[in-house]
Amino acid sequence: MNMATKVERLDEPEYDDDAPLYEARRKIYPIAVHGTFRKIKWTLLIVTLGIYYLLPFLRWDRGPNAPSQAVLVDLANGRFYFFFIEIWPQEIYYVTGLLILAALVLFLMNAVAGRLWCGYLCPQTVWTDLFQAIERMVEGDPRERREKLKTASRGRRAFEAASKHTLWLMVAWWTGGAWVLYFADAPTLVWQLFTGTAPMVAYLWIAILTFTTYVLAGHMREQVCTYMCPWPRIQAALTDEYAFNVTYRYDRGEPRGSFKKTEALRAAGVPAGDCIDCKQCVAACPTGVDIRLGSQLACIQCGLCIDACDTVMNKVGRPTGLIAYDTEMNVERRMKGLAPVTKVLRARTLLYAGLIVIVGGIMVATLAMRGSEGVSVIHDRNPLFVRLSDGSLRNAYTLRIVNKQSLPRRFAIAVDGVPEARLEVVGGISVTENGHPVVEVGPDQTYELRALVSTSAKLPANASLPVTFSVTDVVGGETTTAPDHFKGP
Amino acid sequence: MAEHHKNEVDAVTGVSTTGHEWDGIRELNNPLPRWWLWTFYATIVWAFLYWIAYPAWPLVSGYTSGVLGWKSREAVQVQLADLRVQRGAFAEKLEAASLEQIEASPELLAFARAQGRAAFGDNCAPCHGSGAAGSKGYPNLNDDDWMWGGSLEQIQQTILHGIRSTDADAHVGDMPAFGRDGLLQRPEIVAVADYVRSLSDLPVPKGVTPDLAKGKEVFAANCAACHGADGKGNIELGAPNLTDGIWLYGSDRDSIIATLTNGRAGIMPAWAGRLDPTTIKALTVYVHALGGGQ
Repeated sequence: MNMATKVERLDEPEYDDDAPLYEARRKIYPIAVHGTFRKIKWTLLIVTLGIYYLLPFLRWDRGPNAPSQAVLVDLANGRFYFFFIEIWPQEIYYVTGLLILAALVLFLMNAVAGRLWCGYLCPQTVWTDLFQAIERMVEGDPRERREKLKTASRGRRAFEAASKHTLWLMVAWWTGGAWVLYFADAPTLVWQLFTGTAPMVAYLWIAILTFTTYVLAGHMREQVCTYMCPWPRIQAALTDEYAFNVTYRYDRGEPRGSFKKTEALRAAGVPAGDCIDCKQCVAACPTGVDIRLGSQLACIQCGLCIDACDTVMNKVGRPTGLIAYDTEMNVERRMKGLAPVTKVLRARTLLYAGLIVIVGGIMVATLAMRGSEGVSVIHDRNPLFVRLSDGSLRNAYTLRIVNKQSLPRRFAIAVDGVPEARLEVVGGISVTENGHPVVEVGPDQTYELRALVSTSAKLPANASLPVTFSVTDVVGGETTTAPDHFKGP
Repeated sequence: MAEHHKNEVDAVTGVSTTGHEWDGIRELNNPLPRWWLWTFYATIVWAFLYWIAYPAWPLVSGYTSGVLGWKSREAVQVQLADLRVQRGAFAEKLEAASLEQIEASPELLAFARAQGRAAFGDNCAPCHGSGAAGSKGYPNLNDDDWMWGGSLEQIQQTILHGIRSTDADAHVGDMPAFGRDGLLQRPEIVAVADYVRSLSDLPVPKGVTPDLAKGKEVFAANCAACHGADGKGNIELGAPNLTDGIWLYGSDRDSIIATLTNGRAGIMPAWAGRLDPTTIKALTVYVHALGGGQ
């Protein structure tokens, strides 16, 4: 992976025996670039931030007893609404499934075309990109900025710095503000926020997220990627020689030299590289790396160096694509005079894609097949069974019946698996349906009850009979079951 | 093995090493990021401030109490006060409702059972067991056999005033020590023990020839006054039903002979005054809803 050994380094590292305890950060002010990848990044920035800021306002009709916000995390009532899907706390495994899917998609992206997530979609990248654009808008491009530091008046520099930080804080505040809208009815909360009647926790979270956004996107920036994020370390182990990455084609670029020098060499018939060492790729890089040193941890593969290099190549009349999405293997093959090889379908990508299909399929299937009611049962731990005065045996269970519909429903409870079983239910239930006790469960609610099963039948020693509790919607007829055991002495 | 090489620069990265080497792997001496280092210093400063503000260091007799005066015991008191406020609405409902109303309302029943379970674990479990299954001499509260009655009111009465307790309204019943006090002779005791076992069809042990006629005669003269002529007991006197399958002190012949010889006088303390009325209500409902309530 490390091409540093193949390419001559630009600067020889300095060794200082009295090096300080810490390394002062070299602040990075990337230049503005124009080109395909910049356009892609602008588009993705608008789309992703647009979704983030506006999604809470999207409405979704769920009937009278449920909120009408398309995406809502209702912490107080323990529900997560996502369009037509409603997730209960016990269904948190869907979130686990989503996380597994997210990891697999990340792996697949990485195996096909490198750090697509890091370069285009990661919130850290998107917000940093936006903050850097604001910085350039207020203070000018890095060169202009350096000039201003020397020439502009102190007042003007202070005004620009204040403007920049104010704009940053406004974006950060909006970011935190949008976040809390996912946890309450958005239009109501916006009104409450502006009239000062919102819950304290909403203001607190807005403050926290304003602070983190301002610090992470405004001040920490590429340090989040290089120091804090584990993904750069992991992804290097998941890539291979067939994966497309933002690559400096050193087969074409080397030996590098100034424009005049390389032109002169070429005129004399001596082979010269296309790289004119203008360092525009470094100047455009939001993490400040030199892509010509090869794939590296700090390179988030955002493609901005491609745009910067293509612009220069057009100006000097050389073909574009000196930096491009390419595989390391192809660079080496071209150096050996071999034809480039592209292999997107390979064991790694097929495995990731297959796993995505399997996990996604399982999730869709379980989501489609889950019922609108549920029952779970716990056997009393102590005592396991009770001997009654007529010599019969009784086991006690706790049942929890779930009604996931937004209407109250009545459920008949039955037990199966114990000979001569008698089922009693503790607590204010007198209604029966065909001899089965019936409970009413409110809309979108659960109901816990104590069920007593007794039998006069003679059971074998150490009996443990499998029993099944079934809960049937009296009106709709939908039945759910839960298994347990009936214990004897 | 760790070896030491002083002032060495790694050829590949150009970074100086710490001088340590393990199995040929040398540790590079990369400087820390400045923000990381300052965060680290800040945590050290924080630790010192914490020592000053909060209880921190043990002394010979006591500890440094900290300038904020924070005490874990006071924090618990505050949390308990919060808890009482949170429970307030439900506790008031529980206080106002009758025992029957509590059982009829799923909401109040759930609250009373939760509170009752906690109170039972704190106060009743030492004798009756955490699951109220009892043991020899301590009744199982899950079954349907009640010496002093299993209705809500009767259970509440028993909890409030206890059995043979110091409370003036305690349940009092007396199983005399027929043998020890010379009320009955040994053969009469054996005969009545066999007779009592026959009431609930318990098997006759090997080598025993029960004298049921004599036993019946002795039972009618000495036991029927409390346990009834048919042996079905009397909850007014706490006389257990001798015809069912439940035996507080054991159903084997020796246990029954021991009961007849020495008498029985189990004690349950009165909880009125020790627990507040709402807690006793919750306990009553909890015990009643265990499954045996009448």
